[in-house]
Amino acid sequence: MHMADALLSPAVGTTLWAGTAAVGGYASKKLKIQIDDKMIPLMGVIGAFIFAAQMINFTIPGTGSSGHLGGGMILAIILGPHAAFLVMASVLTVQALFFADGGLLALGCNIWNLGFYPCYLIYPFICKPLIGDGKNPGRILLASVVSVVLALQLGAFSVVMETVLSGKSELPFGAFVVMMQPIHLAIGIVEGFVTAGLINFVRSARPELLECMAASRPLGASISLRKVMATFVVLAVISGGALSWFASTHPDGLEWSIEKVTGKGELQEAEQGIARVLKGIQKKTAFLPGYGFKPAGNESRKEEAAPAWPGIEAGTSTAGIIGAAIVLGLILLIGVGIRSFRGRNG
Amino acid sequence: MSHHIIEFRDVFFRYPDGTEALKGVHFRITHGESVGIVGANGSGKSTLLQHMNGYLLPTSGTVTIGDLNLTRKTRQEIRKKVGIVFQNPDDQLFMPTVFDDVAFGPVNLGLDDASVRERVYRALGMVNGLALRDKPPHHLSAGQKSAVAIASVMAMEPDILAMDEPAATLDPKSRRLLITLLKGFTHSKIIASHDLDLILDVCERCIVIGDGRVVADGPAAEILSNRTMLEDNSLELPLSFQRRSSG
Amino acid sequence: MSFDAQYFDIGRLDRLSYRDTFVHQLDARVKVIATMLFLFTVISFPKYEVVALVPFFLFPVLLLTIGEIPVRFILKKVLLVSPFAILIGVFNPFLDTATMAVISGIPISAGVISFLSILLKFALTVSAALLLIATTSFPGVCHALRRLGLPSLFVSQLLFLYRYIFVLMEEAMRITRARDMRSFGSRGAGIQVFVRLIGTLFVRTVDRAERIYYAMLSRGFQGDIPSLRRARIVVTDLACLTAMVMFLAVFRFFRITEGIGCLVQGLLR
Repeated sequence: MHMADALLSPAVGTTLWAGTAAVGGYASKKLKIQIDDKMIPLMGVIGAFIFAAQMINFTIPGTGSSGHLGGGMILAIILGPHAAFLVMASVLTVQALFFADGGLLALGCNIWNLGFYPCYLIYPFICKPLIGDGKNPGRILLASVVSVVLALQLGAFSVVMETVLSGKSELPFGAFVVMMQPIHLAIGIVEGFVTAGLINFVRSARPELLECMAASRPLGASISLRKVMATFVVLAVISGGALSWFASTHPDGLEWSIEKVTGKGELQEAEQGIARVLKGIQKKTAFLPGYGFKPAGNESRKEEAAPAWPGIEAGTSTAGIIGAAIVLGLILLIGVGIRSFRGRNG
Repeated sequence: MSHHIIEFRDVFFRYPDGTEALKGVHFRITHGESVGIVGANGSGKSTLLQHMNGYLLPTSGTVTIGDLNLTRKTRQEIRKKVGIVFQNPDDQLFMPTVFDDVAFGPVNLGLDDASVRERVYRALGMVNGLALRDKPPHHLSAGQKSAVAIASVMAMEPDILAMDEPAATLDPKSRRLLITLLKGFTHSKIIASHDLDLILDVCERCIVIGDGRVVADGPAAEILSNRTMLEDNSLELPLSFQRRSSG
Repeated sequence: MSFDAQYFDIGRLDRLSYRDTFVHQLDARVKVIATMLFLFTVISFPKYEVVALVPFFLFPVLLLTIGEIPVRFILKKVLLVSPFAILIGVFNPFLDTATMAVISGIPISAGVISFLSILLKFALTVSAALLLIATTSFPGVCHALRRLGLPSLFVSQLLFLYRYIFVLMEEAMRITRARDMRSFGSRGAGIQVFVRLIGTLFVRTVDRAERIYYAMLSRGFQGDIPSLRRARIVVTDLACLTAMVMFLAVFRFFRITEGIGCLVQGLLR
């Protein structure tokens, strides 16, 4: 569920990084005002807790397969949206650096997908209202499951959009969605239960913890709808700008990526196996009318081969392969050379 | 030298949940003394220690450190005089590297970079930990962590050193090193511990706490050989005494 | 991956990052910037580019060899995280079947080429990210990030997170082992038990945070986490960065690999 750098395009990556950085800056500023000395070590240690908790797996009843905790929602409930966003960002940063789970350029996307939606969208508008005073276990369960499911759906859908807009993968939009959403629905339900369970556990074991945390952060008051809207506008402008820049460096760029999305290319050949199935699914799930998700016409191969970046000719030729082999050989030679040099002097 | 005196006068302390942890504690420790504080679990040892640097404030009674009476306003100042080393070094070493941890105190004291560096080196030198300075705490062994925790407190150059179960996680060799180290310190030392042999080795005086009160207070050798009194307070003779008095 | 294995793996990578080679000693800011530029350049290549990516392997190779990082270790980690990218990319050859190139008479479909491109980009980006942390201690990266402009609040708590990850993982490991020892046969780990485990871990965590805060207060903490680190950028750092940028620019905008191939082809004729 974490985006990888290899599937990302610079435009999408930069846009999401800009968004994440903006939200991160906002969260830091808001937190600085509200913060209580104790928060920094608490946030850090709770981040470590999420990390450790993510590593313990459990069996999902009825399926026998194992699951993990995500964490965005539970963080938001315990720490409030600003602190939760920063903690989630740090957990993802450590995952990206130490486990290569999600690329560094894709980190902006991942923090957005797994941090922004639960903390700033779902928590204030759905989770908190549903939870109410936090005393009714039934409401807690409902709030948790609904919130986590929604947050994960948004996150998963974003991964699809980011991958598709990057244009490196051939997966048609519809098929991709059909792959991602149901899986995350299941994951979401389970995680929702776990979230509710954890809250109830803490409530019975150490009730003062929840109250203490909730009380010191007047959440409803601190998220003003106007500011949220303003953020959205800024983000829309940034992403709109980035996309049109992308489109302008490649005249048919946007259209070209839309073509990719519709899984074209096999019109000249007989549609075999998987391609046919996926295309079938895609046709049935095409639902965004005005956007142009329609079966593409006959576009020539040449356009696809055209580069999205200034003046490069793509394509593989025999000369290219020979050159590649030579370069690879050179690099290996350098590597081995340095190694043995070290060995002799080390 | 009044600034090295610790005095507890009729100190009572009740926790928010109603537990009465201290019920009239009364003692006076003067400059340079090394005092062991012993007592069963739940007797109030840790609570007592937490009053010494103002983490807790007495519900009634007074705590005087040097010239200052412990109040909310004076606690920052008191923390400069009393350094506490905790039971679990992992809680006390919270910075990314050993150097950062030992420097934390001096930097908070407002010293300039050069002085901070000097203090760090001196403190680490005291515990033979200079080689560890660039390591992260989680790469250290228990004994090393203990040593660095002590250094991090010593770097503040407190007048009084208080320790809570200093040898709890140490293997015999590290424990011996710790004892040697402590015997070399000339500060006022207050050591709360179950390790009665350590107290016997390091402290001249011993205070026994039972049920929130001072039950006995006197020279360590005397107190710690009083079998009946110790056993009445859920303690027993130090192991080194037990072998002597057979049966 | 079993919990133990994951724990020791992160421990190993962490230990490698404190070594003392030429690469380790370069300024952290330079390394972070260089890595990000590298990543950006690699993913800026178009979808069907394969050949021009090959020279970029020089970067990870140099870091591995000069930084004395075990090759197999990095390789294993790259392989470990490849499933997602492969899962998405593997559809390409099936969906994009028009012929794009002909090598010695064998037609190769565009889908295969774009899949290959994804694989190469994946290997390059993942190894670059891992090698960044393998050659720069995490605190070093954090301080670099702070000097590069990230909010200090965020960086401070990131450092705390790092400091206590190992402690908490060990606690989690102990708790899990206790659970596993008492769940004969069945994985024993239903959700109910899991919730209680992490609930216990959570409460202990908050208590620990309380003790840490007390320790900070005891040493004079008044709200600001001090930071003494004052690394300076020296000529070596700048030289390496410049070399890097030049390499990236040259190999991104000029078809050197193909050029070499053409040369050799010409010679062989």
